[in-house]
Amino acid sequence: MKNLLKYLRNYKKELLLGPFFKLLEAVFELIVPVVMARIIDNGIGNNDTSYIIKMSGLIVLLGASGLGFALTCQYFAAKCAYGFGTELRADLYRHINSLSYESIDKIGTSSLVNRLTNDTNTVQNGVNMFIRLAVRAPFLVIGAAVMAVTIDLKLSLVFFVVAPLISLVIFFIMKKTVPMYKKTQQCLDRASLLTRENLEGARVIRAFSRQNEEIDEFKEAVDDISDNSIAVGKISAILNPVAFMVMNLGIVAVIWFGGKRIDVGRLTQGELTAFTNYMTQILLALVVLANLIVIFTKAFASANRISEVFALLPEENGTISEIDEKKADIIEFNSVSFSYAGAGDYSLRNISFSVKKGQMLGIIGGTGCGKSTLASLIPCFYKATEGTVSVFGVDVNDIENEQLRSRIGIVPQKAALFSGTIRENMRWRKSDASDAEIISALKTAQAWEFVSNSPDGLDTVISQGGKNLSGGQKQRISIARALVGDPDIVILDDSTSALDYKTDLAFRHALSEDLPDTTVVMISQRTTSLKKADKIIVMDEGEAVGIGTHEELIESCDVYNEIYRSQMNEKEGSANA
Amino acid sequence: MLKTLKRVFSYAAPYLRYFVLTIVFAALGVSLSLAVPVFIGEAVDCCIGKGNVDFHKLGRIIVLLASMVVASTLFQWLMSLCTNKLSFLTIRDLRSDIFCKLERVPLRYIDGHTKGELTSRVINDIEIISDGLLQGFAQFFSGIITIIGTLIFMMAINFRIAIVVVILTPLSFIAASRITKASHDSYMKQSKLRGDMVGLAEEMAGNQKIVKAFVYDKRAEARFDEINKAYGKIGVKATFFSSMTNPTTRFVNGLIYAAVGLLGALGVVGKSLIIGAMTVGKLSSFLAYSNQYTKPFNEISGVFAELQNAVASAERVFAVLDENEVPDDSDKEVLESCDGTLSFSDVFFSYSPDTKLIENFSLDVKSGQRVAIVGPTGCGKSTIINLLLRFYDIDSGKIVLSGKEINSVTRDSLRSCFGMVLQETWVFTGTVAENIAYGAPDATREQIIEAAKSVYAHGFIKRLPNAYDTVISEDCGLSQGQKQLICLARIMLMDPPMLILDEATSSIDLRTELRIQRAFVKLMEGRTSFVIAHRLSTIKNSDIILVMKHGNIIEQGDHEQLLAKGGFYAELYNSQFAS
Repeated sequence: MKNLLKYLRNYKKELLLGPFFKLLEAVFELIVPVVMARIIDNGIGNNDTSYIIKMSGLIVLLGASGLGFALTCQYFAAKCAYGFGTELRADLYRHINSLSYESIDKIGTSSLVNRLTNDTNTVQNGVNMFIRLAVRAPFLVIGAAVMAVTIDLKLSLVFFVVAPLISLVIFFIMKKTVPMYKKTQQCLDRASLLTRENLEGARVIRAFSRQNEEIDEFKEAVDDISDNSIAVGKISAILNPVAFMVMNLGIVAVIWFGGKRIDVGRLTQGELTAFTNYMTQILLALVVLANLIVIFTKAFASANRISEVFALLPEENGTISEIDEKKADIIEFNSVSFSYAGAGDYSLRNISFSVKKGQMLGIIGGTGCGKSTLASLIPCFYKATEGTVSVFGVDVNDIENEQLRSRIGIVPQKAALFSGTIRENMRWRKSDASDAEIISALKTAQAWEFVSNSPDGLDTVISQGGKNLSGGQKQRISIARALVGDPDIVILDDSTSALDYKTDLAFRHALSEDLPDTTVVMISQRTTSLKKADKIIVMDEGEAVGIGTHEELIESCDVYNEIYRSQMNEKEGSANA
Repeated sequence: MLKTLKRVFSYAAPYLRYFVLTIVFAALGVSLSLAVPVFIGEAVDCCIGKGNVDFHKLGRIIVLLASMVVASTLFQWLMSLCTNKLSFLTIRDLRSDIFCKLERVPLRYIDGHTKGELTSRVINDIEIISDGLLQGFAQFFSGIITIIGTLIFMMAINFRIAIVVVILTPLSFIAASRITKASHDSYMKQSKLRGDMVGLAEEMAGNQKIVKAFVYDKRAEARFDEINKAYGKIGVKATFFSSMTNPTTRFVNGLIYAAVGLLGALGVVGKSLIIGAMTVGKLSSFLAYSNQYTKPFNEISGVFAELQNAVASAERVFAVLDENEVPDDSDKEVLESCDGTLSFSDVFFSYSPDTKLIENFSLDVKSGQRVAIVGPTGCGKSTIINLLLRFYDIDSGKIVLSGKEINSVTRDSLRSCFGMVLQETWVFTGTVAENIAYGAPDATREQIIEAAKSVYAHGFIKRLPNAYDTVISEDCGLSQGQKQLICLARIMLMDPPMLILDEATSSIDLRTELRIQRAFVKLMEGRTSFVIAHRLSTIKNSDIILVMKHGNIIEQGDHEQLLAKGGFYAELYNSQFAS
């Protein structure tokens, strides 16, 4: 929480001057009734027309300078808040970029996005409101109370009963309604969830002819919303009328007791009027304070969520930036074990192997056996718990992350493309890649045919998440993106699942022909895809149950045999059918 | 705009009584609270000075005052209750209506819009209507009553000064609307930049792992910084401009206050004959009222700004409500039983008139036959399924199921003949058991477990924290394969006469898939089935194989015929043996 204050350091001037000008405005505002009283007492009393005109002019002048002060304050508030927000966001984003995969897993990407956008805005708004209101409201409460005490100490006792009473009313109603508002929000979230699920499952719902049941369920959810909203409304609607009632009854009490004080000559009529005015001022200030408390509570909660992100340590980075590219063993695992943070069991156990330049490594196994985990240790996304992972003969922990990753092209399981043109997407690995380089990568990935057939070619615009492309097209673009700029290593994480056999085969041929020096790590569920691999690792529940070529594994590895036979039997079966 | 407003209020019509009560309570509450200052003034007049306090009269006024305060509080509270009921019940109906509409519009409409956009209409837009139109209405109305009330009181005190006040009032409005106009531009720019920034953050931070993998972080930071700086800059402007409204109208109100003071004082002094006679007491009451009079104007100008938002939202909501529904077909024949025969004759269909898709398609399927549809990605395989289930209607030709043309029977009875597993798995938020029993809500727990066992899902379900009572959702941590198993169990439980499997096993690893295959072979026995799959092995035993390319059926026949033909299928088939 405190660590966010440093983003205010460049705005000390605004932070001080803003509330100061606001205070001036409040003071001027308090003077106006005094001047009006002068008009009544002196102007009217002495029949002095020029005095009345002069004083009226003064009120206008006071108003005009009040306006000037208010605008100055608000300019400072906006400048400080947005300056703070902009620096905070920039720093937060930089920090997010420095986080390790482990930290990203811990918070979750959607939560990161929320903290970066919504939470920073809430805090920014809190700063803005703080400058504009935080000084003014207490000042008015205290000022009015002090004035009341100086006029008549005994009568001001009414104040010290009424003010806490109003505070209590505000406090209890807020205490009661805040959880209810949360409940209403939950009901609304549920309606939102139902709507989204219904839209996503429109085909299934219609296929099962369940529209009426879905409508009934939704109606129940909206009934909940309206019931809850009406219930919370019943209580929160008390707040304003009751606060005003307490205040007015306070005024009634002031008049009654004031009357007694006047009767004994301890108070004047004018002072009694002033008392009633201060009462109103206090109430209005308290209501503003209640709103401020809500804004600040939200801002504090957001600030805490942001601080949680800052509290995550940045990813460790190695120092070696020069790599000896002549080294023969490009990837080497030396008794590597790995477990995810917080997980009880190892995800990988005692794995050793090495791959030479230009070779192809295949990884095969059932779902959840650790294939992807193994591959993600190579670019040092996660650090091995035990043992060492080396690339070009250097422990990956010692290599600069940027240096290491810029040599590796990665094709993730889920093809995530970014809004922009195909050309822009293709320049992710290499920002200055030429069209020729891009086209050659697209050709290898079997994507050039459909890209060149589209009227805009490389300038074809991809919408967010690649929604305007089919699954197979997205996957091929994602493959091509990883190939631009001749990476030393390419990791394909089961990334041809949406391609049909023919395209898959054509791609594998092109990959070995077009990029003969590139080391390929290919994760797959199909034995046919890996048949040509120089080395295949067979994974089963985190262990390498077999390492070798296809032929060797057929001889020696039971698990591999089972997979292979089941796939081959199928084919033979179909061939004989 | 008026039309839209009228339509929103037509939804409020059933709650007319709350509407009337709101007005009555507002009138009562506001006028009582407006009368309070008059009595306070009178009470003050009872306390003239030392030994000169009329306690008898003061006591009476105080009791009256206290009861007025309590009564006005009560009426204002009742008014809020009525507005709440009016607005929350109205938007409840509106929300139900739009949801029902979404269940009834053709799939073409849902496919053509993003889910987020439609969800936002059901949730956010309707909230905005509630805030802006209905709650705003109450504020607007009590504001009007306050204005009229204070005007009456002021005119009663001094007609001429009241007229001056009325003449000066538009100043406040003009100032507010000038500022709103001036700030509108920077406001729009700000919200656009904010949208851009959120979009970029969602794309980049949302795919943070890829950003890191491609060492794109520096470039992403540069892009983010650029938007962030521009947003900060415009934000100062927009916030400053919009925050000008309050002080400025406050200043204008101050002017009115000063004018009243000046004229009133001159009136008291008697120098100005035009103004007429005034007393000090009347002047202070007048000042109090002129203060109250200007306040609602600020509120009302706020209401107008929100009203514009609300009307825009209402228009978006009504746009959905005005969509054509799938025509009601409950008067059509109900397909009681299905013998599993199916034929397409001369079917033509395309999603949009300018790109042809299915042309002159004919096919005869006998009961119990297996039809497989193969072809490269994006060739339109799923279209056949869309037509079969009447998610889309054919342009011309005929599809006959079990001797009945599918257009002549009710959609519900047609669809109940099919069990369907789609390419994209769909589980909803609910327990595993509820998800499995989606098509057969009356199924017993034993039947559910039986179905799960038959697709080999029992094993992993058993290991979930609450087994079959574990609540799952789209992003609950179940793998794609596990979700698919649940969808398969759903079909197993339904026991439909016909089956549709659309690449249903693409996300399950081969060893699991093999087991499911066996279960499906069992399920497909005696049932007519359609299978769409990439893996040719999964369709090897099909009776009819349709080979599609670019939306056309280019080859048709059984496995051997197609191999013998040596065409596209043979090429496709042989490619899986090559490595």
